[in-house]
Amino acid sequence: MEGNLSLVGYGLATIGPAIAVGLIFAAYINGVARQPEARNLLQPIAILGFALAEALAIFALVLYFVKGA
Amino acid sequence: MILTALAAGTTTAVVAEEGGGGFETPTPDIFWLPTFGTSGDWAITEQMVWGGVSVVLLSVVMVALSKNAAIVPSKGQWLMEGFYNFARNGVARDMIGTKHFLKFVPLLFSLFSLILINNWFGILPPVMNPTMGRIGFPIALVLVVYVVYHWIGIKKMGLGGYFAHMVPDGLPGWIRPFIMLLEIITYFVTRPLTLALRLFGNMFAGHMLIVLFVSAGAYFLTQDVLFKLLSVPTFIMAAVMFVFEALVQFLQAYVFVLLSASYIAGALADDH
Repeated sequence: MEGNLSLVGYGLATIGPAIAVGLIFAAYINGVARQPEARNLLQPIAILGFALAEALAIFALVLYFVKGA
Repeated sequence: MILTALAAGTTTAVVAEEGGGGFETPTPDIFWLPTFGTSGDWAITEQMVWGGVSVVLLSVVMVALSKNAAIVPSKGQWLMEGFYNFARNGVARDMIGTKHFLKFVPLLFSLFSLILINNWFGILPPVMNPTMGRIGFPIALVLVVYVVYHWIGIKKMGLGGYFAHMVPDGLPGWIRPFIMLLEIITYFVTRPLTLALRLFGNMFAGHMLIVLFVSAGAYFLTQDVLFKLLSVPTFIMAAVMFVFEALVQFLQAYVFVLLSASYIAGALADDH
């Protein structure tokens, strides 16, 4: 079996952002369930938070190609 | 076998040895598609051609749909206005605020429509290749946003004022240089870097995933009966990925303009 260890590293690196994205959307769903009229206010905030957390995983993807390739 | 193919990584074309050799995993080379001039850095790639086509397409459609604007809108005008209002009200007005947002609507709307159509090229049959999967395109778009939000910030507050406004008031004196350093890195390095890489990374990874599933399914069809059966779930998974990618591609266009608008709003803000 062939492969590259930095791929495993990338897999590990995505755990943090994955948990973060889950927490963000959990909070968003909670907020909308409690107060449906706040939906339009919460949506950009949730997507913004999601994008910022996701950036960490994107960094890792790039580092994988920089160091791994 | 699929696991081997996945674990073998995306960097080198690895021939899977155990169980039916000959399957080549897709590599990042699938994004290098020169159409005119096959060698050198100055080759015109397929993505450049489709990027140009998308601009022409957008111009023609938008001019056609907005030319005969009436008080009672036609179906096309109604669709166009809905699309426009999404970027105008949902992004620009909500993020920048009612006072300054109108100036930035043309920029944000152009960015949104251009990125959206170029992302959706990734799943539209004649193209099947997201333009933003080449890093140069996101960098060019981010360069525009980068110049704009620094420019308006410096124009509003002056060069010194712009840097002073990065640090919030009411902090103890000794901590201010550290916050200043962090904020300068955020404004000048992290923000443009993440903005470009997020769009690129999502389009790149999504396209690779689709190519992997489709090529694996096609490869299974060339093998014996058991593998032919295995190609069914593989193709189903590829179809699911198409739907998922449609969502991601829309979301990334939205996130791009949302973050651009929030950076512009941050440069315009009077205080924190």
